Amino acid sequence: MSWLADNFQRLAEVSLDHLGLAMVPVSVGLLISLPLGWLASRWRLARRILVPVTGILYAIPSLALFVIMPLVLGTQILDPVNVQAVLTIYTVSLLVRAIADTLDAVPESVLAAASAMGYRQAGRFFAVQLPLAVPVLVAGLRVAAVMNMSLVAVGQLIGVGGLGIFLIDGVQRSNYASIIAGIVAIVVLALLVDRLLAILGWALTPWTRGSRR
Amino acid sequence: MNVFEAVWDWLTNGDNWKTTLGIIGIPQRLGEHLDYSWPPLLIGILLAIPLGALIGHTGRGGTVVVSLVNVFRALPELGLLVLLVLSMGLLLATEALTIVLVAVALPTLLAGTYAGVRNVDRAVVDAARGMGMREWEILVKVELPNALPLILGSVRAAALQVIATASIAAAVALGGLGRFVVDGFAFREYQQMAGGAVLIAALAIVVELLLSAVQWLLVSPGLRKPRTRSGVR
Repeated sequence: MSWLADNFQRLAEVSLDHLGLAMVPVSVGLLISLPLGWLASRWRLARRILVPVTGILYAIPSLALFVIMPLVLGTQILDPVNVQAVLTIYTVSLLVRAIADTLDAVPESVLAAASAMGYRQAGRFFAVQLPLAVPVLVAGLRVAAVMNMSLVAVGQLIGVGGLGIFLIDGVQRSNYASIIAGIVAIVVLALLVDRLLAILGWALTPWTRGSRR
Repeated sequence: MNVFEAVWDWLTNGDNWKTTLGIIGIPQRLGEHLDYSWPPLLIGILLAIPLGALIGHTGRGGTVVVSLVNVFRALPELGLLVLLVLSMGLLLATEALTIVLVAVALPTLLAGTYAGVRNVDRAVVDAARGMGMREWEILVKVELPNALPLILGSVRAAALQVIATASIAAAVALGGLGRFVVDGFAFREYQQMAGGAVLIAALAIVVELLLSAVQWLLVSPGLRKPRTRSGVR
């Protein structure tokens, strides 16, 4: 307990850092996967390329990608961007296929009705297809956020790991308090973000509740 | 010499493929990695598939499975590993790693099997019951074959998670391919780090492709082009 009192300030600071390392990739990943998912739902060819490529990237362990990133991006090995780029790739891999599938699943009659109401392509996408995809998007984002939260710690093996430093320091100095504080902080952050995203999804889809038959 | 050539040189240098006094080569590290990975995967399969099938068939305990899986997903593998190794001692580090890897594989396998069995069309199950099949026959002859794509998908996902987690075993003085990354980082030898990373990536891709092939061979042709709407893995 005294360890916690002495290190609370640092734990809080590193937690914020950890949050940034995990969540910036979730937002960037979302922005990248929306157009890619749309492409994959429109063009069979795009889907044939995107789905297997993201599948293979998703299969590669984080430690390996963390190390390979500097080769691809030309960054320094200790640059936090390496970790964020990898987590962005995982987020995109999770989301692209889900987005393509759910855009495909919007019934033809709904699209026809929207067109008849005067929506053009772009307007129809943002006003009809995208809102209908929100539940699937939020589900994907929640998985990505929780996964990223624990993967950031692995980055500590190459020097950029947010709360991972409490885990590695703890094992090197046989300090249980440090390890447990690190684990608890990561889990709390993960569950917090998961809850927040769930609430966000609920707030964005008012038509899924109320007026129950 | 640029970085790519340096990494290529490290990968193709014959010395790195031999185990000499005190220096362990690539084949032995790969062997360690596989030796860490297969027992937990097997244990996970033997535990999770029967349990998941039972829960999926009866429908009892489904919510427990789903919430259990979510909690496990939030647990950082690295934290679990260092905590267990520290409390069991370095002499039992391999055993500690095995426990962590089982904990990594179980939720994925359990969720996949449960979802697979649960999502079999109820009309198909009712038809089987109407034909006079017993409950165990329904499970073995109808539900499990129909659930096979999802079950094998979860085996593949679990195998990849186990391989990825085994690569961080080097953080606690264990072997495996992650050793090259950790040692390379410690000695500031980027070619060794990147070489190790390429080997880990190659192992994962080979396993992914092999298991995809197995999945394609085992799944009934009638199920091969499913209109899956399962958005989230």
